[in-house]
Amino acid sequence: MKKLFLIGNPNVGKSTVFSRLTGVDVISSNYPGTTIEVAKGQLIAEGETWEVIDLPGVYSLEAGTKAEEVALSLLRGTPKEEMVVLDIVDSTNLERNLYLTFQLLEAQFPVIICLNMHDDALHRGITIDEKALEMALGVVCVPTCAITGTGIKKLMGQLNHVKMAFREPAGHQGRWQSIGQAVSLSQTLAHRHHSLREHLEDASVRPFSGALIAVSVLIASFWVVRTIGEFLVNRVADPIFFSFYKPFLDKMSVILGPETLWHHLLLGDLVGGQIDFKQSLGLLTTAPYIEFAMVLPYIISFYFVLSLLEDVGFLPRLAMLLDGFLHRLGLHGFAIVPVLLGLGCNVPGILATRTLESRRERFIAATLISIGIPCVPLQAMIFGLLGQFSGFYVTGVYLVLFALWLILGLILNQRVKGYSPELLVEIPCYRIPDLRALMQKLFLRIKGFIVEAMPVVLAGVFIVNAMLYFHWFDVMTSLFSPLMNKLFGLPKEAAVALIVGFFRKDVAVGLLLPLGLSAKQFFIATVLLAISFPCIATFVILLRELGIKDFIKSVLIMLLTGLIVGVLLNLAIVSV
Amino acid sequence: MKKIPLSHVKNKQKVHVAEIDGGSIFVNRMMSLGIYQGREVTVLSRLALRGPTVVKVGRSIFALGRSMAAKIMVEMKA
Repeated sequence: MKKLFLIGNPNVGKSTVFSRLTGVDVISSNYPGTTIEVAKGQLIAEGETWEVIDLPGVYSLEAGTKAEEVALSLLRGTPKEEMVVLDIVDSTNLERNLYLTFQLLEAQFPVIICLNMHDDALHRGITIDEKALEMALGVVCVPTCAITGTGIKKLMGQLNHVKMAFREPAGHQGRWQSIGQAVSLSQTLAHRHHSLREHLEDASVRPFSGALIAVSVLIASFWVVRTIGEFLVNRVADPIFFSFYKPFLDKMSVILGPETLWHHLLLGDLVGGQIDFKQSLGLLTTAPYIEFAMVLPYIISFYFVLSLLEDVGFLPRLAMLLDGFLHRLGLHGFAIVPVLLGLGCNVPGILATRTLESRRERFIAATLISIGIPCVPLQAMIFGLLGQFSGFYVTGVYLVLFALWLILGLILNQRVKGYSPELLVEIPCYRIPDLRALMQKLFLRIKGFIVEAMPVVLAGVFIVNAMLYFHWFDVMTSLFSPLMNKLFGLPKEAAVALIVGFFRKDVAVGLLLPLGLSAKQFFIATVLLAISFPCIATFVILLRELGIKDFIKSVLIMLLTGLIVGVLLNLAIVSV
Repeated sequence: MKKIPLSHVKNKQKVHVAEIDGGSIFVNRMMSLGIYQGREVTVLSRLALRGPTVVKVGRSIFALGRSMAAKIMVEMKA
């Protein structure tokens, strides 16, 4: 099978083109470095099947970052007769994009050029004469708009007719000169006034107005996540569970009889003679309620807002503004991207640390994410359950986590050997998100959550339930009893929740509710859940990304931090 | 003409790159972004807390970490 490599500068829309060509959905955003793993798919053009490979973005054919190395080694490992390189060019920025194109031509790859974001270029007063560009370069150029699909068909029709173009290797400066000539032959710029969007773009990179915009956007985002989340919980999920689902379960409860094993496993224990979705702890009661009525609404609202911010082009600007601050913690500004992804789920967050250049930086970022970044399921439960006690303690959790970030970051920055490189990030234009693409991405992420979380939640609730029924936890809890009691001021049964936290954080918080804890105890237990251990999925990814040595170090840091923080909080807060 | 590091240029100033003071990897990296000797660069902003220098090169905007920007020596436009 012939191979079609998609290559191009970061953030030119390779993944969108890939989705269009193959029908395989991949996540695309408006910031450089969205694609960290190589995506593969297939397409059929004029009867011939192609393997399509979506490479991470590169600025040149000389490797600089880890992602660039991956892209280049794949490209070089394939014989040139068996491939076509689809060079995706951002039409709004022809000159810079052509540098890679020229390198590809000089290295004699069979190239076809896709002038993407053609519509956006026209909006900005940039017209590219593709025939003139074809003459200058000697290869086929097809204008496209991948988001809407314009030009993709024409592109596919060209795949089987790619010819080699030969270009003398030139020195760096010479290359830029030839690029200048090619651009002046093919591109015309219309002079016009700044649009509102361009004024906003300018304001967003100035220190004061940029910070003002960023703070407003973050506050607004938080508000929108909460508002949509609460709306979905109160107006959609709860009515469904209480008006439609509960009557059915009530009948089932009568049929099964309250004291039987099946009742215990499926419906759980009755609280005050009633099924209590939050406390009963059954496979058909608490398990679906936690996932669908308490967590899923916030997953939807969080990823909606995050996807919006990604597509608008907000994240690189945040990276730029936070660079100075994050340097104090041994990171650079771009580390904010893995952190924000980690707020949804730690797994993609830690995967995204790959975009950071040095091992030291990846270690610090991954450790800080595992300890100090609570995922949406955990946060939803903190708001839902701890929020019943007091909003003060909910704020407390965030304050403790933020303080931990600062303290641990400062310490790690002092102690961890190696170097932390500098920020180098392109600030993309603001783009108005395409609603259809946004919804597709949201759907992809929600599906990922349900597919991955639900089996673990069901299995977890089942096992915990069975073990509680047969009193198998008793030995273990009495073993942990001095630790829980003396150090953290928690009842010994809290150990069960902490261990379950290794599988699902949301279920673990749910397990705390039936224990009848005081507000302080509940607070300490949730903080411990947040920092001590990441869940098992994060664990596996952490091991894979860091390697065994750094992984052990990271885990020891987590355990130590959990122990110290738990004891300190227990001593610091005078019991209410 | 006086050469100063890019990290010291005032906002909204247009300058020319005079030389890049770094290893060949760094020089090549800058080259692939279009930052090379003789090229015109506009400084859009410098951020507080020893933050990055934001520059416009051609139609692209880059945020360059402070010590990166310090390695790029520039001349004021006449």
